[in-house]
Amino acid sequence: MSWQNVFLTQLNEADIFVKTGSISPFVEIWEIDDKHWQDFAKIAFEFKLRWAAGFAEQIDDQFHVYACFETAGNYILLRATINVSKPEIPSQATVYAAANRSERHTHDMFGITFLNHPDPRCWTRHKVWKKSDHPLRHDFPVQGFPADVTPPDTDYHFVQSHGVGVYEIPVGPVHAGIIEPGHFRFQAVGELILNLEERLGYVHKGTEKIAEGRSPEGLAKLAARVSGDTCVSHTWAACMAMEQAAGVEIPKRAALIRGIFAERERIANHLGDLGAICNDVAFAFAFMQMMRLKELWCRSNYELFGHRFLMDKIIVGGVAVDVTEATSKFLLSDIEQLRAELADLMPAIDLNSSLEDRLYTAGYLSPETAAHFGTLGFVGRASGQNFDVRRDAPYAPYDSVKVKVALEDQGDIASRFWVRYKEINASMKLIKQFVEQLEQLPEGDLVANWKTPETGSYGLGIVDGWRGEIISYVRFAENNTIARFYPRDPSQLNWEALEKAVLNNIVPDFPVCNKSFNCSYSGNDL
Amino acid sequence: MNWAIAIFQTVLFVALAPLLASFLKFCKCRLQNRRAPSFLQPYRDLLKLTRKQPVISQDASWLFCVAPYIIFTMMILAATVIPLIAVDMPTSESADVIVLVGFFAFARFFLALAGLDIGTAFGGMGSSREMTISSLAEPAMLMAVFTITMTASNTDLSGAIHHILNEGATLHPSFVFALFALILVAVAETGRIPVDNPTTHLELTMIHEAMILEYSGRHLALIEWASQLKLMLYGVLIANLFFPWGIAQSFTIGALSFALVALVLKLIVLSVFLALAETVVAKMRLFRVQEYLGFAYLLGLLGMLSHIILESTR
Repeated sequence: MSWQNVFLTQLNEADIFVKTGSISPFVEIWEIDDKHWQDFAKIAFEFKLRWAAGFAEQIDDQFHVYACFETAGNYILLRATINVSKPEIPSQATVYAAANRSERHTHDMFGITFLNHPDPRCWTRHKVWKKSDHPLRHDFPVQGFPADVTPPDTDYHFVQSHGVGVYEIPVGPVHAGIIEPGHFRFQAVGELILNLEERLGYVHKGTEKIAEGRSPEGLAKLAARVSGDTCVSHTWAACMAMEQAAGVEIPKRAALIRGIFAERERIANHLGDLGAICNDVAFAFAFMQMMRLKELWCRSNYELFGHRFLMDKIIVGGVAVDVTEATSKFLLSDIEQLRAELADLMPAIDLNSSLEDRLYTAGYLSPETAAHFGTLGFVGRASGQNFDVRRDAPYAPYDSVKVKVALEDQGDIASRFWVRYKEINASMKLIKQFVEQLEQLPEGDLVANWKTPETGSYGLGIVDGWRGEIISYVRFAENNTIARFYPRDPSQLNWEALEKAVLNNIVPDFPVCNKSFNCSYSGNDL
Repeated sequence: MNWAIAIFQTVLFVALAPLLASFLKFCKCRLQNRRAPSFLQPYRDLLKLTRKQPVISQDASWLFCVAPYIIFTMMILAATVIPLIAVDMPTSESADVIVLVGFFAFARFFLALAGLDIGTAFGGMGSSREMTISSLAEPAMLMAVFTITMTASNTDLSGAIHHILNEGATLHPSFVFALFALILVAVAETGRIPVDNPTTHLELTMIHEAMILEYSGRHLALIEWASQLKLMLYGVLIANLFFPWGIAQSFTIGALSFALVALVLKLIVLSVFLALAETVVAKMRLFRVQEYLGFAYLLGLLGMLSHIILESTR
């Protein structure tokens, strides 16, 4: 790992001294002094490290502030310790644009001030609690201080623009369709978008707070509800972190079944998205067909595993349902059926010139912008970001198969559409391989024996969900209870890239741009 | 007697409009391999909406509340002008095709004002888009209709239909151009795909729906009914102007019922074509609509030119 030595030498030259340690084969923990927080980011930026996650936690009268960096599948979890009495640390958002909202979230939740932060407005706080209150501090009650009516959030200042013919379009948080709530503020001239600003946080559920004090089983259930469409991957990430902390290794059989769940989830969501993108340009035929395929897929989930979205089928230490011989036969025939249907359907979509006219060149996200915001999943991959946790930092069962990453470099809606399609095909192959491996495997345990983790032990679960890399941090308190849980949904990074992708598009093209990103509101707001 | 039939025809027009909308929906659903709602569903929806109390924004002026009535009335007036099952109605003698375009323009004017009235971003956006499109669609429509009326030397629709019926089935190149021009305009004016999507929930992409987003209750019912009526008006206009065979020229029960059957068949064919077109194309980018309507205008112009060059010298 030579680049790390070069990196460390450079840090030493800048008088930044690092205490290093290792969490897992792909994750190192580095500790630095809080005053070097920003300087570290500057050097990391030169080394083209990707800023992946940022969070904090309170331990007695200290705050641990974390930032997670990644390059080529190697993760560095950076930690600095500051006192509750003086909660200040230099901001990394001046270097990494991706850190912006995460630091504002940490500020709202802990009252940690990020010095020289480019945007000091609140983010997750919407007047539901007082500015002086910080929900994730230990002195804040779990039930909060609920008011009968939340006062309107009137002093949040949106970016303004002036000039002849410039006008503002506020959209949401309540939309005409059945989607999650979020506010979008457009500045436009005629139909051209000058600027888009997102205001999220309407689905804040206190996920991080209510995780505290839970049992591992309880946390696995909570993680499934971070974002409903990603219940498998979020549960997996949380379980992986807990298993890491406890030093539990899951049975091979369970790992393969988890892989099948995750890939089935990916296919279900991608099918839905392919249809929904078409629906947003009023091509209802493709929408109906894709929804039909997704529905059949979800019904198979229900029949085979007992839940349409496979919620709570991954449990701490393993999985809740087995794949029997009959199941694997069903799984394989399901794939063949889907493959045949798609072979019928995709040419009709591919050859439709009116659809092509809408999807090509619209919502362009350049590879540079995508890299700048650390864009993940199909959004990043459609803009040439060649990264996939399953391939670059493989975890069981992906360490036993060859993962091919779907890649496009046009960066438009069509690219994101076709990356999804390629990923469906890749996932079908993966499921097939997992099923074949399972057939070779003798019957065995589905759940590993749980060991109560030591107080203060922690883990970092990193998996590739259908939207991209999910990072979950878990720390245990005494008696097998959770002290801190932080899930980083890929949407947290992709949302910011969307603001840039819609620039120079026209207002009526925003919905389809937005759908091609399909970020989670719930996963972002926590 | 004539007046009785004229009134009966108008009532028939208004009563059948939701049925046409549901038949169109039926065709689209079948083409998407779905089961369609009952043919009575639009009537049930209208009934449901009329029973509901309209919610009116506190910023709305009287204009917002009056507009639905004006729009609906305009559509009924337009329905009196277009021959549905019989020609030579006293009502259609009093107004010609230019008045018809005027009725549409008048309704649109109030709809756009109502969209602006409540002061929401979507209303204003929808009104602005609607006016952009109509400023391009109206000349194209006039051009197409003028081609026909020039052939008949008469701007009265009944007169034009008589002229075509008397001539028998001769093929006019100018009519072909005018027909396609009018179809393109009709699609744009009735807010169908690929210009507008009547079933969308995406506020930012809406044109017609954006203007009426704030309407509810009986106001919404009237506006919905008016747009169903508008669809029917354009359908009947195209069907009876270009393919008038079957329409009743005498007011006997036999002729009238035969005309009704003929009309239904014509509308079924038109609906199937429209549903098919809506299924195979996606909606255009908004800035393509001007090219589309420019093309419609060009067709209208070509129709008129070919009339002058090829047909009027005879």
